[in-house]
Amino acid sequence: MELSGWGRYPRHRGVVVRAEDPGAVKGLVASHSGIVARGNGRAYGDAAIGETTTLLARPLDRMRRFEAETGRLTVEAGVLLSDILDAFVPRGFFPPVVPGTKLVTVGGMIAADVHGKNHHRDGGFGDHVEELTLAMPSGERWRCSRDENPELFAATIGGMGLTGVILDATFRLKRIESGWLRQRTLVAEDLAGAFAALEETSSATYSVAWIDCLAKGAKLGRSLIYAAEHASAEEVATLRPGAPLFAKGKPGRLGVPLDLPAFTLNSLSVAAFNELYFRRGAAKAGDPALVHWDPYFFPLDGVGNWNRIYGGHGFVQHQCVIPAESAKPVLAEILGRFARAGKASFLAVLKQLGPSSGTISFGMAGYTLALDLQVSDEVFTLLDEIDGLVVAAGGRLYLAKDARQSRATFEAGYPGLAAFRDMRRGIGAEGRLSSRLSARLGI
Amino acid sequence: MDTQKTLLLVGGTSDIGRATALEYAQAGWRVLLAARNEEGARRNAEDIATRAGGAVTVHGLDVLETSRFGAFLDGLPALPDTVVCVVGELGEQARAQADLDHATKVIRTNFEGPALLLGLVAERFLARGSGTIVGVGSVAGDRGRASNYVYGAAKAGFSAFLSGLRNRLSPAGIRVVTVKPGFVRTRMTAGMKLPPVLTAEAQEVGRAIFRTAETGGGDVIYVRPAWRLVMGIIGAIPERVFKRLKL
Repeated sequence: MELSGWGRYPRHRGVVVRAEDPGAVKGLVASHSGIVARGNGRAYGDAAIGETTTLLARPLDRMRRFEAETGRLTVEAGVLLSDILDAFVPRGFFPPVVPGTKLVTVGGMIAADVHGKNHHRDGGFGDHVEELTLAMPSGERWRCSRDENPELFAATIGGMGLTGVILDATFRLKRIESGWLRQRTLVAEDLAGAFAALEETSSATYSVAWIDCLAKGAKLGRSLIYAAEHASAEEVATLRPGAPLFAKGKPGRLGVPLDLPAFTLNSLSVAAFNELYFRRGAAKAGDPALVHWDPYFFPLDGVGNWNRIYGGHGFVQHQCVIPAESAKPVLAEILGRFARAGKASFLAVLKQLGPSSGTISFGMAGYTLALDLQVSDEVFTLLDEIDGLVVAAGGRLYLAKDARQSRATFEAGYPGLAAFRDMRRGIGAEGRLSSRLSARLGI
Repeated sequence: MDTQKTLLLVGGTSDIGRATALEYAQAGWRVLLAARNEEGARRNAEDIATRAGGAVTVHGLDVLETSRFGAFLDGLPALPDTVVCVVGELGEQARAQADLDHATKVIRTNFEGPALLLGLVAERFLARGSGTIVGVGSVAGDRGRASNYVYGAAKAGFSAFLSGLRNRLSPAGIRVVTVKPGFVRTRMTAGMKLPPVLTAEAQEVGRAIFRTAETGGGDVIYVRPAWRLVMGIIGAIPERVFKRLKL
């Protein structure tokens, strides 16, 4: 069967096996080499494609237990974030960290140590995991936490599924008074303004900048900065009298049913879209607004199969993080190169990150920039140049998005790699658990 | 809610059973899951209880052990308000043609067990004067086809049984609902290529069962309306033509 990630590049043929229940994983892992678990297939590149065999973990979708007093939730690894939101937002609980799509599994969120708009304050999802169970290639099951097998636990957070198959996990949901976000929008006319706005809003729980990455010259880095807090019941009553505290989210109405022809996405159409997006957002700037959690956190989930707008060749997302001390000039240079190349991308996302705890987690204190590019030879050349800037600045690329970085770029960016490889050797994962990504990067 | 209602879901490890029980639990019902594989049912019970925040219990039951049905019903914490039976086994048609044991199991699992159990439930509902019975049939029971007639015949028998039960119990105010899901994306059909218009998600079946049995009306429903048309056409083909078709 042919598999690809969300970017639909690259595509690989391979064997696919389904884990119907947690007990079945042991046999599947023991009887296949070059296997890796796949959740909902939202990693962009080749992270969730087995080197030879891919283990579909979505059927492990049972929730186990929840304690309302503490917010502790235990679920199997194939449970979707969207299911957790459906079940718990109406009861006044919210996950500690959510990425930009809710269509991911808990196992995937741990394996990628996903970050949200609150990483600068609250860390990655992995920082909130209290305990997890791994199925090892040896057939054993190991419980891991900060007290029990702590090194294996740290390697599994952000470990891209390469330390065992995650069967279940326990983490704490936080209390919310409403399903609304109180959002403040700031307008930045250039990149310096964007950094200033992100710094100004860094005490906010959530903050992120959407950059129009086609704006050049003096407008380079023009952006909208969204800062938000979970709204209290009182704030909902003031800002939107009569609104239900936990209004139901609307299911996605729009969809992209077919691959759009590649020419739809030329730089003119994207520039027009970005102009419109920017003006619409800027017009709303200023006063705080109430926004439903669903469009606030997951705006693109409303457009089903949006990955198809990039056409049949697929796309890559480039996401780097640059350490705080050099972030401003380096990201200005990177953004400038993207803008000059005019490689159509809708919007770029810029946000502040804090440190992370996984052995090879992506997060570090600094700024991360992410943007999408349609696959082409010129794009790969451009990205190689940009990677050079990232490496020189001591930054790195996010493995959950990666489809093409070189081994040298990867090795330079992840100082925990040697310890991670030792761990894999020690638990017998080397040569047994491997993805196309791990084979490509020599993990 | 002053008095919590109780659902007995027979077939608690199936995907449709799980989805149906979740619908009821989310509406505030107490859920009793009956299944042969109690461990598998417990996994679903925990899931439903965690998602819906209610109480879900598991009760061992093998639909082939008809002699234990009475004791099973007596042993439940309460006589349920609604009983939904989703038990079914597709089996293998080719094997059922040659292997009598396999054919017998398919017929007993799809017809004898569910029919006798719901028949017994019906007597208790009649004695109490209230209750709703839902049986999950199959479009395969609408007309026998070469590719699955052992299963189809058993489902046809089950449909006829439910029809008779409905006819008998309707004056007493006891509802009997027959649900025909059509193709459903479940473990059973994982990897099969299914036509999207005719294929429901298990959740959709669960919602249709809850809606029909508890809030709406209807006696015999197809979860996807397109099936009524398809089966209408298949049913209208004259036998002399039908027998030559490859179906």
